Amino acid sequence: MKAIEPHLPVLPVLIPLFGALFSAFFRRGASAWLVALVATWLAAAVSCWLLAKALATGMPISYQLGGWAVPWGIEYRVDVLNGFVGALVTTIGAVIMPYARRSVAHEIDQHVQAWFYTMYLLCMTGLLGITLTGDAFNVFVFLEVSSLSTYVLIAMGRHRRAVLAAYQYLIVGTIGATFYVIGIGLLYLVTGSLNLADISARLATAPPEFARPVVTALGFLTIGICLKLALFPLHVWLPNAYAYAPSVATVFLAATATKVAVYLLLRFFFTVFGAGIGLASVPIPELLFVFSIAAMFIASFSAAFENNAKRMLAYSSIAQIGYITLGIALANQSGLTGSIVHLLNHAIMKATLFMALGAVAFRLGVVQISDLAGLGRKMPVTMATFVVAGLGIIGVPGTAGFISKWHLALGALEKGMWPLVFAIVSSSLIALVYIGRVVEVAYFREPAAAANKAHDPPISMLAPMLLLAAATIWFGLDTRASVGIAAEGAKVLLGGLK
Amino acid sequence: MRHDIILRIGAKLILPFILLFALYVHFHGEYGPGGGFQAGVISASVVILYALIFGVEPTKRAVPQGLVERLIPLGVLLYASVGLPAFFHGRNFLDYGVLGRDSASGHALGILLIETGVLITVASTMVAIFYAFADRGRT
Repeated sequence: MKAIEPHLPVLPVLIPLFGALFSAFFRRGASAWLVALVATWLAAAVSCWLLAKALATGMPISYQLGGWAVPWGIEYRVDVLNGFVGALVTTIGAVIMPYARRSVAHEIDQHVQAWFYTMYLLCMTGLLGITLTGDAFNVFVFLEVSSLSTYVLIAMGRHRRAVLAAYQYLIVGTIGATFYVIGIGLLYLVTGSLNLADISARLATAPPEFARPVVTALGFLTIGICLKLALFPLHVWLPNAYAYAPSVATVFLAATATKVAVYLLLRFFFTVFGAGIGLASVPIPELLFVFSIAAMFIASFSAAFENNAKRMLAYSSIAQIGYITLGIALANQSGLTGSIVHLLNHAIMKATLFMALGAVAFRLGVVQISDLAGLGRKMPVTMATFVVAGLGIIGVPGTAGFISKWHLALGALEKGMWPLVFAIVSSSLIALVYIGRVVEVAYFREPAAAANKAHDPPISMLAPMLLLAAATIWFGLDTRASVGIAAEGAKVLLGGLK
Repeated sequence: MRHDIILRIGAKLILPFILLFALYVHFHGEYGPGGGFQAGVISASVVILYALIFGVEPTKRAVPQGLVERLIPLGVLLYASVGLPAFFHGRNFLDYGVLGRDSASGHALGILLIETGVLITVASTMVAIFYAFADRGRT
């Protein structure tokens, strides 16, 4: 244990990477699954250990790759915030794994199942790399690792339109990555550094004539990252990608990929640009307010009128991203706490919802809302987890969703922006409509002929769903851990503003 | 092209030299233009040229698809594993200094191994892509 501890910051990236490589040697899906299971749980264990260490020390943990000194070498820099995001990504990735075996065996061709697990682990490697690294260009490399594997994951969907959805995301994702690199290039031009902490320190003392390239860099970075996190109106790739990807891929991407992009946005806004020059001239918070509120309402309306249940949840994700960016725009302690805790809460709730739909796809093969008729009786446990997580998305008190919205509302009140509270509440009512539609169809309609023989999926699929549904309730009642860490993270971010 | 004697004899003569040139490009990557990626492309071109002239089926007997698909992760595995010995010497990941007697020779060996990993993965990926296209419409 003593020998491992100094290497903790790099292990969450290395374990899924080696797992991906080993699982690629297998041709049988079951063997590759076993490798992926071990790799994800190991990664989850070391990530949680890393988070505990970051919480205990209270200082960023620095790790210099290859022993090259900062700022020339690549540094991994872990504080409470990215330790939290890393633990979130790995834990969700690990919880999905027991569920994945049956679902993947059902949905994906025999001869590419092993590749699926390889891509899953590579995607996880990329996401963790983005999260834990303290180097701007290293972020780009891992952004590409995660994006390329995501395109493959989406294209593995059974529907022919999965390939089109993957291609659509490829185009948008490449534009996003290009914008990111242009932004980094401009920052390198001004500061001569690629280390995020170093860039931040150099921007703070940069002469005012550098304001223009810095603001341009901020613009490119913001748009590039916002494409990745699917902020309205840059979200067009997301509904199709989530709807046509294999169920397991949808669960993982919906729970983690956009969250990591949000983390990146937080890191650039607060840590890198926080104390920078001339940023007061850019109305970033105002723009974020507009787009967040547009996302909360327009995406929720789209969800309410959607007939494919997976697409409906995808639009719901865009709306929930709106809540997160709303907290970023508020930029005060309560608002940021709400945003960061919503990363966790939304990941848990959306993973549960998509897992429940994956179970329906496992039994019925279709996920149109009309196909869910009568499933409340035929698949009682599955639909019960759906209802619990759905209540969380609406924000009913006692569920995790309420906690995030509560802190967001507090943040809005502290800023004296009380109309935002109405926006939060009224957009939640639209969530009530789209979740309610599914509940109405599932519980109050007669089952269709195809659904008559349906029953709950095997225990390996049910257990992760039940665990996450229970977590939805748990984090709605006992918020010491979740809100506590989120508040610490918000403090770290706001410390960058001074 | 099975009956075109000039192509067949010419190809058989030229193939080993292309492979040799690939190794030259690989081992001189530190001093001149080249390296693992270029060498990988050149060695893949050997397989592809063979397939163009003698057909895909004989090529797959010589270089089986299953082997190619396992070489892809093997190269990356070699690449990533080069960083691991540092762990056992109390150094950070990717510190190649521990591989040799002194820091400089360790780094030289580390880079060569990494480039070899690149060669394996690039070559096998090129061949795998070629096989994928060659198989289209056959099955």
